[in-house]
Amino acid sequence: MTTNALTSKSSTSGRAGDKIFSGAALGAGVLILITLFAVAVFLLIQALPTFMADPADISGGAGFLSYIWPIVVGTVIAAAIALLIATPVGLGVALFISHFAPRRIAGPLGYVIDLLAAIPSVIYGAWGYMVLAPALVPGYDWLARNLGFIPIFEGPASQTGKTMLTAGIVLAVMVLPIITSLSREIFLQTPKLHEEAALALGATRWEMITTAVLPFARPGIISATMLGLGRALGETMAVALVLSTGNLIPSLIKSGNQTIAAEIALNFPEAFGLRLAELIAAGLVLFLITLVVNMIARAIIARHKEFSGAN
Amino acid sequence: MSAMTTSERRNTATPPTGPSRKRNSLAKGKLPKWAVPAVAGGSIILGAAGSTLTGFNVATFAIYSAVIFLVAASVATTVVEGKRRGKNATWTYLIYASFILALIPLASVLYTVLEKGLPGMNMHFLFSSMNGITGAVDNQTVENGTPVLGGAYHALMGTLLITLWATVISVPVGMLTAIYLVEYGKNGPLARAITFFVDVMTGIPSIVAGLFAAAFFGLLLGPNSRMGIVAAVALSVLMIPTVVRSTEEMLKIVPNELREASYALGVRRWRTILKVVIPTAISGIASGVTLAIARVIGETAPILVTAGIASNINLNVFANWMSTLPTFIYYQIMTPTSPTNVDPSIQRAWAAALLLILMVMALNLAARLIAKLFAPKKGR
Repeated sequence: MTTNALTSKSSTSGRAGDKIFSGAALGAGVLILITLFAVAVFLLIQALPTFMADPADISGGAGFLSYIWPIVVGTVIAAAIALLIATPVGLGVALFISHFAPRRIAGPLGYVIDLLAAIPSVIYGAWGYMVLAPALVPGYDWLARNLGFIPIFEGPASQTGKTMLTAGIVLAVMVLPIITSLSREIFLQTPKLHEEAALALGATRWEMITTAVLPFARPGIISATMLGLGRALGETMAVALVLSTGNLIPSLIKSGNQTIAAEIALNFPEAFGLRLAELIAAGLVLFLITLVVNMIARAIIARHKEFSGAN
Repeated sequence: MSAMTTSERRNTATPPTGPSRKRNSLAKGKLPKWAVPAVAGGSIILGAAGSTLTGFNVATFAIYSAVIFLVAASVATTVVEGKRRGKNATWTYLIYASFILALIPLASVLYTVLEKGLPGMNMHFLFSSMNGITGAVDNQTVENGTPVLGGAYHALMGTLLITLWATVISVPVGMLTAIYLVEYGKNGPLARAITFFVDVMTGIPSIVAGLFAAAFFGLLLGPNSRMGIVAAVALSVLMIPTVVRSTEEMLKIVPNELREASYALGVRRWRTILKVVIPTAISGIASGVTLAIARVIGETAPILVTAGIASNINLNVFANWMSTLPTFIYYQIMTPTSPTNVDPSIQRAWAAALLLILMVMALNLAARLIAKLFAPKKGR
């Protein structure tokens, strides 16, 4: 019978192929979950000696908490500066590409901004170290002279320009393309009818944007900013190269402060024993912070997915 | 608003007659065309003047001019066209300004890399390593004014090998995961969990990925075991999510009719996926993988903690330390070969930066070309 020919030999091998293939696909998916879990577990195991060691043996001599606290604050400060600069500029660029630029050149312009994301971080670091930092010194001197009464601009300003503010600016350049490309996608998804309705009611272009585009894109903007924050918190090379590190100080225009990622990169190559465990523990803290930030961002995107189609 | 529209309507009812009235009454209450360029010209002159007061320099000149233009143009529009249009104009200029502001670092970085990288870019740099290049050699180079010795061949090879291994690990895992998500998972709880954690993985700081690989191999082979393959594992942690996401997007847009047609012919599911679904989506997948490679090829931090640094050529990823271009750049800047004469090191660093940027740009371009050339033919 011909039907037998169809179900016999070739078919059983096909069934086996089906099983193997779906098994491999499932295995790969599970492997990813395991990997993420393993990241947490291995870091925890390797970091354990830090938590059990005598507090006096930890760098700084006062236990892990007082070691990690200043660099966590430094990390947050650097990321905050980066976001304060990158969010308004990034949204402006996204609006420019989605609603202001002539339609024909909007695509290529978007590609140009994406190029910013393609440049490796070490090159940004080198640029910040050699070009941006020296260029900012006069500006810092001016800030120290005229706004020195504010603690964050307290002088005397660093004469190399390798300060927290410079690091923050370099980070801003690096997170800008993330914020721009994500929010641009969402701006472009604004229902055309909403925009045209606003314009038909006599709204100016800016009024159309505030009444139709921005309310629609709000969750997208929030999550784009959160993802930018995640990147800024974890970025290593820019800070490692640009910042001249030191203790935690309020002034942003003096040498000092440190971030977790840069602390690890600068010290890991020579570290061993307890110091190694300490740095891995610091990495674990950074991992947890970025994990929380990213999960919140993703949850916001997922919650608004059905309304906006934004992803 | 209503007052304006009625006045406009009245104006259109009685159109202007006679050549003597040059300006259309419709354009009443609007700034004439020459106004904005005139304000721009004025603010450039004022900006230059303001800048010369405190010793001319390009930065203050640009800042002063921009601020003066922004204020003057906004005020002019507000006075002539009203508050709403004034606000519109202000925000329009601010948005244009933010775009220009974003282009400044891009232009500056590219210019710097070209300007400082080109002098060091030559055959010797590309095809020799740093083996035997000590501070004394660099000092002599500076004293005698001879060409800089030493190059990045070892780092280039390290970058290529480590990225190759990372690709070999990530592409199968990433593609199979995407196939599971699209073809088998069908939005079940496991598929949703994987999607969520792949998204979360996209945000793992690169240094943490490096620490993970270091910790993993540290437990396996003893602490401080650094070699190329550890770095490759670290990079694939960063690369897998990108591969999954792009493959998933591409598989999703393969029309279901193609799958059903194949099933109707009695073809097994796995053969349908291999012979119908993936070939249809291959252009997008290939370009996504290329972009993922471009993303990890410039990673520095994970290499620092996993592969160490070497000055000689090491082509074996399973033993000994390895250099890559990013770590080469980093160490040439941070710890110059000769602390007293840093110029040769700086020159090598920028030449390596130029090489790295060229590689990344080439990969980005290749991704676009692949997407275009191998895109499935549209039937209609």
